[in-house]
This record gives sequence, C-alpha cells and structure tokens, in this order.
Amino acid sequence: MSERILTVEDLRVALPVPAGTLHAVQGVSFHVDRGETLCIVGESGCGKTLTALAVMDLLPQRALRTAARLELEGRDLARASERAMADIRGNRMAMIFQEPMTSLNPAYTIGNQLEEALLRHRRTSRHEARDRAVHLLERVGITAAASRLKQYPHQLSGGLRQRVMIAMALMCSPSLLLADEPTTALDVTIQAQILHLLAELQRELAMGLVLITHDLGIVARIATRVVVMYAGQVVETGPADAIFRAPAHPYTQGLLACIPVPGRTRRGDPLGTIPGMVPSLIGETRGCAFAGRCPHAIDVCRASAIPLEAGSGDQHLVRCVRHAEIGAAAGRRLAEATL
Amino acid sequence: MSVSPSVVAQVAGQAPLLEARSVSRTFQVSAGLFRAKRTLTAVESVSLTVQPGEVVALVGESGCGKTTLARMLLGLLAPSAGEMRIAGRPAHALARREIARLVQPVFQDPYSSLNPRKPVGAIITLPLRVQGDPKPETWRARVEDMMERVGLARRLYDNYPSQLSGGQRQRVAIARALINGPRMVICDEPTSALDVSVQSQILNLLQDLRRDLGLTYLLISHNLAVVEHMATRVAVMYLGRIVEEADTDTFYAAPKHPYSEALLASVLTPEPGLGVPDTHLGAAYPNPLEVPPGCRFHPRCAYVRDECRSVAPKPIAQRAGFVECHLYDPITLQGQSA
Repeated sequence: MSERILTVEDLRVALPVPAGTLHAVQGVSFHVDRGETLCIVGESGCGKTLTALAVMDLLPQRALRTAARLELEGRDLARASERAMADIRGNRMAMIFQEPMTSLNPAYTIGNQLEEALLRHRRTSRHEARDRAVHLLERVGITAAASRLKQYPHQLSGGLRQRVMIAMALMCSPSLLLADEPTTALDVTIQAQILHLLAELQRELAMGLVLITHDLGIVARIATRVVVMYAGQVVETGPADAIFRAPAHPYTQGLLACIPVPGRTRRGDPLGTIPGMVPSLIGETRGCAFAGRCPHAIDVCRASAIPLEAGSGDQHLVRCVRHAEIGAAAGRRLAEATL
Repeated sequence: MSVSPSVVAQVAGQAPLLEARSVSRTFQVSAGLFRAKRTLTAVESVSLTVQPGEVVALVGESGCGKTTLARMLLGLLAPSAGEMRIAGRPAHALARREIARLVQPVFQDPYSSLNPRKPVGAIITLPLRVQGDPKPETWRARVEDMMERVGLARRLYDNYPSQLSGGQRQRVAIARALINGPRMVICDEPTSALDVSVQSQILNLLQDLRRDLGLTYLLISHNLAVVEHMATRVAVMYLGRIVEEADTDTFYAAPKHPYSEALLASVLTPEPGLGVPDTHLGAAYPNPLEVPPGCRFHPRCAYVRDECRSVAPKPIAQRAGFVECHLYDPITLQGQSA
C-alpha cells in the first residue's frame, strides 16, 4: 500500500508588488506517496518554484502563504512554528537547487557543511557524522570521498557540487526530497548521470521525490506522476503515461508540440508554437488563464473559473471545458505519429 | 535527404565560407601567485570547413573549446597556430569590419548581449553606423523592415531591452546580426536561455531566415534534439579536438566515436517508460590543463584498449566525414574481421 508523505491542498502564494497583488500560486493541490516521483513542469513564472518553496516554508518574507492542508507525514506544516519548521527542514524534507554554488557556503569545507546537516538534527558525534558524510559522498559517486571533505566548494566542478548537494540533502534520510531544476546548469552527459542517481536513490531510500523542471524529456523519463502548471494553476495532472500518450489540456499539447524529437519531428519542418504571452498574474484572472493563447477557446472559457475535471483514466485531471474532445483527437494524432 | 558539402560548393561554384586549417589556440593561465603560468590549449589543431548553405553544428560539453573556436571563426580571437579563411581569403588579411560584414554572431543570453541603455532601434541600427552605410536616410525604414522580418512589432523601436521578454530580446539580437546582410551567422546556444515555447519560435524563425535569405549557420549547442532538427552536418568536440564529423543523418543513425555514442545516449526524449539512460561516462570532464596522454577520451571510454592510453588516434576518413578513434584504425578493423 502506498504511504502518503506530502499532502498539499489549495495552496496559495500571493506577493505584494507596487501594482497590486501578484497571485503567483492559485490553489494548487497535489500529493506525494512514498517511493514515487512527482514532476512539476511548466515555464518560467508558472509558480512551480514558489510552490516548492512554500512547502519548505522558504518563501520570501513579504509573500503570503495560505493552504487548506499542508501536511508532511501527517504533521501540519501550515501552522508549524518557525522553530518546528527549522527542525523539519533538512531533516524530514530537504531541497536541492539549480545552481549548487549558491546553496553551498564558499567559506566552509564540504566536510564541515555535510557534517553540520546531521549534527543540527541528530544527537551524534562529529566522528559519526564524518563517517556518514564519507558514506554518502561515495554513494553519490564521488571518488576519494574522504579527501574531498577537506575541499572547498570552488574546488569542485558543477557536476560534483550537485552531487555534494544531493549527499547533503540525504544526511538525515529525509522522507521527501524536493529538487528544483537540479540539472539545468549541467552538461547533458552529467545531467543524465545526476538524474540516474536521483532515480536510484529515490528507489533505494523509498523517498518521495518532487522534481521541478521545464524539460519534458526529463519528466517523461523520471516521473511517476506529473503536475503541469500554467499561470499559477495546475492545468493537468496524472500518471506520466497518460500525460505523454493522451495529453488533454491544450497547453500540455502545445508544450509537447514545441520540442524537436529526433525521429518524430522532421528536420526543417516548423515546430509547434504557442502564440501570445503568459497573462499578468497581478489582480484577478477571469476564466481560463490560457484562453488568450488557446486555439480551442470558446466563450465559456472566458466567462468563469474552470474547475479540474476527471480526464481519461485513473488520477488524470484536466482544467479545460473541452478536454474530452481535444484529448481524444490528440491521442489519435499521437498514436498515428508513433506508428 | 542530405547533400554532401562538396556538392553544395560545386552547385554554388563558391569557395568555402569558413575554413579553419589546423587552427590551435592556447591561453596562459595563472596557477597561483608564486607558480609559473601554465599553458591551456583550448583548441588543438582543428580543421573545419563550412560550405555556403550548410548548417554545421558544433557539439560538446562545457570547456571543450567550442566557444573559443567560434570566436576565432568570428575573427574576434587570432589563432595561436594554423590559418582561418573566410570566404576564400585569409582572415588575418581582412579587417574586423570586413569580417563583421560576412559573419555575425547571435549569443546565448539575450539579457547580457544587448546594451540595456540603448533602445531597440538604436541597437539594430548600430551595425549600419559602424559599417558606414552610405544611406543614413534609409536606416529607419530598413531597421523597421528587419524588425518585422524577425517578428518584432515596429512599435517596439523606442523600447528598451528591459521592457522585452527573453524571446523578443533574442529577436533583437537576430535582427542586429542580419541588418548588414551577412552570409553567415554563428549561433552560440541561441535558445538555451529560453522557455520551451519560445525556443520553438526562435528555431522556426532561424529556419525561415535561412531559407529566405540563403544564410549559412554554425550552430553551437549542447541540445542534441535541437541539433538534429536544425543541422545538416555535425562536428563533435572533445577537449579541444573535433573527434567526429558526419552529416546529420549518418551521425544520428550510427554515431562512430564512443563519445558521440555517449552524447546521443544522454538525449532525453519525451518518451515515458524508457527511464534515464546510464551513460557509462564514469569520470567527470577532464581538466583541459591536464590533457590525458594517448587518446584524450580514454579515461572515460567504455571501449578503452592499451594503445588508447599511449598513442593519439589520427582522423580516419569515413563515408560521410571522419572519426578520430583507434577502433576504426584499418589495422584494427582487419584484425576484427580475421
């Protein structure tokens, strides 16, 4: 039976800006079970990073967070004190970021920072912390781990730094790991290695993994379930297979059509595009946020807020009034294209 | 369908647009306050020919020398050894301005490649000014036409880069590159800083412009799906050398060099259920200050043999290019078939 690790219900993040209030995250709900990988995918400004930061309680100070439910392993995070959060963060849940250099302290050795992660949360000796650090560095594929402990972050390559960050996140064996674009700054070869490692560790340690990315290739290869975000909302969510084989939301379809795929897109043929721009999230949005760019939009789309509706199959939800007809047509096209 | 570069040249009856003849570039790097400077060889004896009409992609990891090579091709950096030829003439005999008229760059980050204190119109007009274009009265109209051509509304003429989106800024960079009608554009990671939906618009634009204006591209990219979509020929760089060159179809169907194979294996196509590939590229990218002896790829190679550790491989001609790897030595191949 699957064990629920994280429950997020109706999460909202608002940021006061000079022009009013920016509704960056507008009622996002999802959950993560032990041993599964949830990918949150979307383009810049869709609210995917703020969603993760809201879970970690690491939002900028002026941001306003509300949620109907925000629970980690049954503990209420929405009403947890700052002190309680400091005990949970890095302990029961940990986060890694795109640019490891900004999350590592340049003035301390790798060893120092790794040991600190454990000593902060566990009553243990420095000696034991050191052993665990060496063990985890070896586990994430760093050679000569013991000697690396004395090195400073600037002495390591980008790929090695990201491995150190992963080891640090795992020091307390968290049940939830949030990874925000962990491989975007890395070379493709290193990217594949780091993702391979993350997938392996997730299985081995039976963690819940939330991976935030804009890269649909990564999502397809690593996700158990997918959340597609657009303009602060979840527009489609479901098992990876459903999202890629029968995408039902016009935005998901549009994104998939934009990327060249060797063997599927023909060289020189125009790629799909999504015309227009993301709407401003300042003030109230009426109707579907994607309506202005959607080739299928009708009057109903612009009239009132669109709810998430059941799509094709288990756990598949779509925020589109026309998803049934659009999804079926897209499924047929995809099936034909892969024949 | 791919056309071999020599055929393109015969049809056009022209010299190669760009030619690097065994060019090398070294840098002196400080190793510390009291230590002697060390020599870093960023590009080592590389030959590359770009024929009119081609889209040649240069791929490889960061630090492999692809940007240094591009800067030499742009005439921004003189080679330490070897010769660069542009449109059949030696690059050192051409003035910077002449080179700029033939070859123009488009860089990765449209946020840092545009002057934030100049409006869009002035940014695109600058190359006309620099080249001393004889008809200043036509500049405004020509710039506006070019803006329209790259998909920028004319009303943005007086806007500043900070008022534009990433995609619009990259369009400004493209308009600036094209305003003097160059024959070739060197695109250094033109879409890696952009969102997926914007990337496809820029790639489509580059394809349209190539067709309409008869442009030739050198595309530097680490996104091998983008390369497959755009390029007619691929050159793979590793630690300052081009280790394989082939036309795109051949390259993607059957990469020869073990490094090319690993690169292609790392491409994550959006196909669920395939999982993340294990590339077997064990060690991290080597330090260019300490180039491994023998074949420079041998410490990471899955097929490494004794001779790879001591003898540097030479380029071996293939049907559609060349590969630099002992696996394809004629003697080795004979031994395998015997």
